[in-house]
Amino acid sequence: MLKIEGLTKRYGQHTVVDDLSFSCEAGEVLGFLGPNGAGKSTTMKMLTGFVTPDGGSAAICGHDIASEALAARRRIGYLPEGAPCYPEMTPQTFLEFIADIRGLEGDRRKRRLHEVVGQLHLASVLNQTIDTLSKGFKRRVGLAQAILHDPDVLILDEPTDGLDPNQKHEVRELIHSMSADKLIVISTHILEEVEAVCSRAIIIAHGRILADDTPQSLANRSRYHNAVTIRLDEGQDFDEVRSAVGQLDAILTVESDRANGVMTAIPKSDRKEGTTWAAVSDLVNRHSWQVSSVRLESGRLDEVFREITGGAEA
Amino acid sequence: MNITKALVRRELRSYFATPVAYVFIVIFLVLTGTFTFNLGGFYERGQADLAPFFNFHPWLYLFLVPAIAMRLWAEERKTGTVELLLTLPITPWQAVIGKYIAAWIFTGIALLLTFPIWITVNYLGEPDNGAILAGYLGSFLMAGGFLAIGSCMSAITRNQVIAFVITVVVCFGFLLAGFPLVLDVFSGWAPQALVDGIASLSFLTHFASISKGVIDFRDLVYFALLIAAFLYASMIVLQWKQAD
Repeated sequence: MLKIEGLTKRYGQHTVVDDLSFSCEAGEVLGFLGPNGAGKSTTMKMLTGFVTPDGGSAAICGHDIASEALAARRRIGYLPEGAPCYPEMTPQTFLEFIADIRGLEGDRRKRRLHEVVGQLHLASVLNQTIDTLSKGFKRRVGLAQAILHDPDVLILDEPTDGLDPNQKHEVRELIHSMSADKLIVISTHILEEVEAVCSRAIIIAHGRILADDTPQSLANRSRYHNAVTIRLDEGQDFDEVRSAVGQLDAILTVESDRANGVMTAIPKSDRKEGTTWAAVSDLVNRHSWQVSSVRLESGRLDEVFREITGGAEA
Repeated sequence: MNITKALVRRELRSYFATPVAYVFIVIFLVLTGTFTFNLGGFYERGQADLAPFFNFHPWLYLFLVPAIAMRLWAEERKTGTVELLLTLPITPWQAVIGKYIAAWIFTGIALLLTFPIWITVNYLGEPDNGAILAGYLGSFLMAGGFLAIGSCMSAITRNQVIAFVITVVVCFGFLLAGFPLVLDVFSGWAPQALVDGIASLSFLTHFASISKGVIDFRDLVYFALLIAAFLYASMIVLQWKQAD
């Protein structure tokens, strides 16, 4: 559905996107991750035809973005970075304009306009100028514009930027509900978002792919994967617990936060799933330590992200 | 075609959704009136024609049309909507034409609203209405030429002030291309053919003959070619900016 081969973009001496290749299919929600300036937006701008690549090619639903630009763009819904909209228009006239350009007619036009206004909760501001809308509404008008023609491929550059937690949740639900028969590419640097909506994550820095995996297996690369965090009650001797846990065979090291009475036991990397949990909880029970919680960590994506992009300054 | 129509409609709506349209039209009407009656000596001449009205149009346009044209692309760049617009399934040509036609229609509306002066001259005497019609046509074509230049300059920059200033300068060059001020720059070193060529580009010369009521096919071709050339240049600039 989307196929990128050797896509390259240079600005002067600076290579922003460097020989990028990957492909993906309908049903995927691809999260495009990377530090600022990694080339995420530039890649999206090239896919949508706003920036002309210096090398390589890309095809959307079999249409080459250079030689069949219009056919490719008809299949795409695009939310550019910052969700630009014409400030003097109202959501109503703006969406009607997009419907005209997208060639929506008759019943389908009416139905789609009605649907996206409902999906993005725009009914209350339909006749207010976009200028006067809050950031969250502006972003939703941009999203409405992108999904209006029910495209096969959705490219969303930071779709939840500037939304409050409730709105973020709604947009993620929306993305999730549309993902069955579409390919959705989102760029973000909010890692919880990747875990919440993406079925696949590509981490890029300096225009190159550094990792390409499911969010879960990326998180599993974390040294916190299968780690156990213990929170002690007040009055429980911290050092006793710490040294006992540290001496366990399965444990590599213990990170401690004495002030809060919290420690995290990090497993050796060759241990099987579940062994640390069994060993630590067994130990806690045996000594009858006063603990308020013992929790199994699933791996921290932000830590993996930092590790992978570590050499890449923003 | 429908796409261009949708673009034109959106643009035109935008003019009237902001004070831009009303300020422009009011200023245009006030200035044409002032120039015609005060500087042009409309009454004192004792002739039933609109020469004093049309004579000032090139100079009015020199400042007012770039003010309309400067926003064409610079504003889209500034607000980022250019990315939205050019990633829709439209060709760059449709985008350039759509925006241009809307701006041209808008100046046409402003021009049409000067009709009271036509009524006045018909009330006072018996003017040659054919010549007046030709004058309006010439004025409209000249506005179109200025706008095409402005469209191209606006595509170059995201800064509207820069777009305005460059457009004024280029338009001024085109206005005076047939006059010593411009020709002297070239006549010292350039071959005579080039100097003649530049002289023949003058807006004033072409406008003067039309506004006298003489619609020469060559003048029409001149404006058509000029507009086409600058719109084509606008498209080239846009694509060049996209590769950048």
